[in-house]
Amino acid sequence: MSAAGLFVILVSGILVNNFVMSRFLGICPFLGVSKQVETAVGMSMAVTFVMTLASIITYLVQYLLLAPLGLEYLQTIAFILVIAALVQFVEMVVQKVSPTLYKALGVYLPLITTNCAVLGVAILNIQSEYNLIETIVNAIGASIGFGLVIILFAGIRERLEIADVPAVFKGFPIALITASLMSMAFLGFAGLV
Amino acid sequence: MNFGKTLFNGIAAENPVFIQMLGMCPTLAVTTSAINGIGMGLATTAVLLGSNIVISAVKNFIPGKIRIPAFIVVIATFVTIVGLLMKAFVPALDKALGLFIPLIVVNCIILGRAEAFASKNSVVKSIADGVGMGIGFTAALFILGALREIIGAGTIFGTVIYSGYQPALIMILPPGAFLLLGLLLALFNWISIKKAGGENR
Repeated sequence: MSAAGLFVILVSGILVNNFVMSRFLGICPFLGVSKQVETAVGMSMAVTFVMTLASIITYLVQYLLLAPLGLEYLQTIAFILVIAALVQFVEMVVQKVSPTLYKALGVYLPLITTNCAVLGVAILNIQSEYNLIETIVNAIGASIGFGLVIILFAGIRERLEIADVPAVFKGFPIALITASLMSMAFLGFAGLV
Repeated sequence: MNFGKTLFNGIAAENPVFIQMLGMCPTLAVTTSAINGIGMGLATTAVLLGSNIVISAVKNFIPGKIRIPAFIVVIATFVTIVGLLMKAFVPALDKALGLFIPLIVVNCIILGRAEAFASKNSVVKSIADGVGMGIGFTAALFILGALREIIGAGTIFGTVIYSGYQPALIMILPPGAFLLLGLLLALFNWISIKKAGGENR
């Protein structure tokens, strides 16, 4: 595949088919970890790392293990186990390397296991019949898109904290409506690719 | 035993979508029509019921440290079963829900109930919990799906309601999902503020 094709996959992952805004993958961390920019940055870095690694490994598992043995129907189980193991590994690394970041991400790091964006990108890679390089590019695009949205959203929510919001809209309702406006903005990228 | 109370708990008091804010991804993604919402809700209920039964039955044999991976394997097994059944018997719905069938495995509701309820309670209670949470989830998805279909396409279950209505396409598109859920949550907040006054919620 040409460089242009890879670029299309990348831009499509970041903007056009943004995982959070148009595919609705990874909504839980999007709403859960987006109260502060700092934690949002940490979360998106962790997701980038896990997502890219998970895509590579699930790709290899699919084509070297499941497909030759005719076990494609075990895809869901195999992939989720790979991701769960990876997350455990990342958690240990982060705990060792940056205790501050570990403290900030707290309970959310194990939650990457149940971040549907990670499993989603792994399954989409297989469904779209990407080769290994396209898989990696797609994973990077998806995770940059995820990071972009969650950090932007965290920035807006920091402002919302001090804004005078009507009582019934406090918390999740106003966050969801903000997300709706962001998602509308992302619709503007629809014709890009 | 309080079977009924546990059941009702999942439907209203601790509704997984509207109160606990769990399982947001399928909630927002597949509710473009009423039938998709119900389909997704029932598929999730089936998985939830199965995993709750198995996990509550084997809870004493699973060492605490590896319980999460063990739960995930149980859940993934049921997701695979449900996915294959749907492919065989309702291929159209399977196609409409697409990616979100395998993604039931990462639905926080299921792992959440396994960890918070099934791993601590008896099989019978876990069945009640699974059914209650499942119905609560299905109802929430149906409400969202039906409203989005009515406003966004002017139909309900594919039937045209009023031919003079100009559908607001935005409700079918992603922004509509966020917007409608935000408004619904605000509505529930408004109701509970009106009703409770002094209560903690």
